[in-house]
Amino acid sequence: MSANLPKPLLEAKAVAKHFGGVKALRDVSLSIRHGEIYGLIGPNGAGKTTFFNCMTGLYIPDGGGFSFDGTPLVANASDQAAARGIARTFQNIRLFGNMTALENVMVGRHVRTKAGVLGAIFQNAATRAEEAAIRQKAIDLLHYVRIEERADDLARNLSYGDQRRLEIARALATDPKLLCLDEPAAGMNATETEQLRELIDGIRRDGTTILLIEHDVKLVMGLCDRVAVLDYGALVIEDVPAVVQKDQRVIEAYLGA
Amino acid sequence: MNFGHFFRSTVGIATLAALLVALPFVAAMGGQAWVRILDFAILYVFLALGLNIVVGLAGLLDLGYIAFYAVGAYTWALLASPHFGLHWPIWAILPIGAGLACLAGVVLGSPTLKLRGDYLAIVTLGFGEIVRIFLNNLNAPFNITNGPQGITLIDPVSFGAFQFSGTTQILGFAVSGPQKYYFLLVALAILVVIINLRLQNSRIGRAWQAIREDEIAAKAIGINTRNLKLLAFAMGASFGGVAGGIFSAMQGFVSPESFSLIESIMILAMVVLGGMGHIPGVILGAVLLTVLPEVLRYGVGPLQMALFGKMLADPESLRMLVFGLALVLVMRFKPAGLWPSPERQRELQETGK
Repeated sequence: MSANLPKPLLEAKAVAKHFGGVKALRDVSLSIRHGEIYGLIGPNGAGKTTFFNCMTGLYIPDGGGFSFDGTPLVANASDQAAARGIARTFQNIRLFGNMTALENVMVGRHVRTKAGVLGAIFQNAATRAEEAAIRQKAIDLLHYVRIEERADDLARNLSYGDQRRLEIARALATDPKLLCLDEPAAGMNATETEQLRELIDGIRRDGTTILLIEHDVKLVMGLCDRVAVLDYGALVIEDVPAVVQKDQRVIEAYLGA
Repeated sequence: MNFGHFFRSTVGIATLAALLVALPFVAAMGGQAWVRILDFAILYVFLALGLNIVVGLAGLLDLGYIAFYAVGAYTWALLASPHFGLHWPIWAILPIGAGLACLAGVVLGSPTLKLRGDYLAIVTLGFGEIVRIFLNNLNAPFNITNGPQGITLIDPVSFGAFQFSGTTQILGFAVSGPQKYYFLLVALAILVVIINLRLQNSRIGRAWQAIREDEIAAKAIGINTRNLKLLAFAMGASFGGVAGGIFSAMQGFVSPESFSLIESIMILAMVVLGGMGHIPGVILGAVLLTVLPEVLRYGVGPLQMALFGKMLADPESLRMLVFGLALVLVMRFKPAGLWPSPERQRELQETGK
């Protein structure tokens, strides 16, 4: 990535979150630049998903806040985060199981479309055109993640890897500026992980900034432009992979020394 | 489903239309009581499709749906009866009834937004009972609902000089009151089916289904779950309101007794038994659950007399026993309902159930 004038897309300022006495996040500050793949790693329970949930409005932080694309991010409603352009996937896949793969992606267009009840009932020209556009976009996205032949299958009947892909397609349907992937490679074999790497790289090339939470250190180091390490809810380091890999504190955090 | 294809073909539609037209005249051969039962079957189709939006599409378990029906029924009763001396026309009352029911839906919906499943069921159940008890007791200090005695002499539906009560000669045929109501109800039911179908395959319908499947994921892709749940409650409730108005006019009499919890449960049973979220299934469920108890009511007594020469069991209690058994058997052998959507059916087959 070019280093000249990196404008941050997302900035976290001293974000804190505690559950009872457990401090899940201790004043975490970091910034994600336009167009980069940003990795967030750390041992189990380091606060990665908590950070994610605070950012996407699922949790309300106890301190600090976020700014996104230059303006503060109102962090108390996840539908607003999506409207601003933050899309996410879930560590434990959350698809709409009894809807088809195509419908799952079509729902993703909800936030960028506007047909209401009256439009649906009277089927006016604008609604029909919008509906056709939604369907076309959804089909295109299924092609993009290469599961178009599963379009009419119920999401719950897709294979594990395809479900991960479908979740990414659904997130992309919201036209995100920032795509947040929560452990997308979890449970994948080497071939599937390699295909995922190509997919993520392709999404970035097509102009979407990516935040990646991942356990697979090899994947993160090979793919990310910059990496942040969390341990016990605090930020240990934020730098390019080459530096992070050699950092003594990171090695200690992972080896538990 | 072969049935589905059949109903979409021209021949299928023509056959269905002919059946629908002939039905009340065939039923009349067994007496006007059977036409009235048909009327109620269609009315329940209407109600079940309204509830299907809330329960089947949005996945909100509503056990107080009858309350909205009551609001619609009492709106008609109060605005078109000697009780207040008002006799407003249908085009004024029906929208008011739907509007008030819609408002009641929002009133019920807003405090229950964070509840799901069992918890929501309990609150809605309470709401239904509150409405009924209100109607029962709003005769003092001001007599609004006339309490448990109910309201009588309610105006029938009429368009100008055309009355829906009493027999009229149409093209040489003598068409009775219940038969005229039948055609009105079928027309309304067709309208509701179209609205349901269109909603289901729309942006709003998909968002409802997404909320039903996974509310957190629905929020994460930008669905405003609060507004959409309220919208589901409001839409379902307005259908209930319209059905209530027609019920009131058709019966000429309403009392709080008609809006008990068992009615809510029956409508929910129609939706679940037929095939939740699948419109043909819901229609089938509504028709079966209205007609079957009546068939049992009229059939059980004579059958015993023929078999044993005497009454062994009271027809009324036997009716409920057989009915209950039928429900249990359906849920045991067709857990997705009698006529589930093709997707649901495929899913059950694939999981080897």
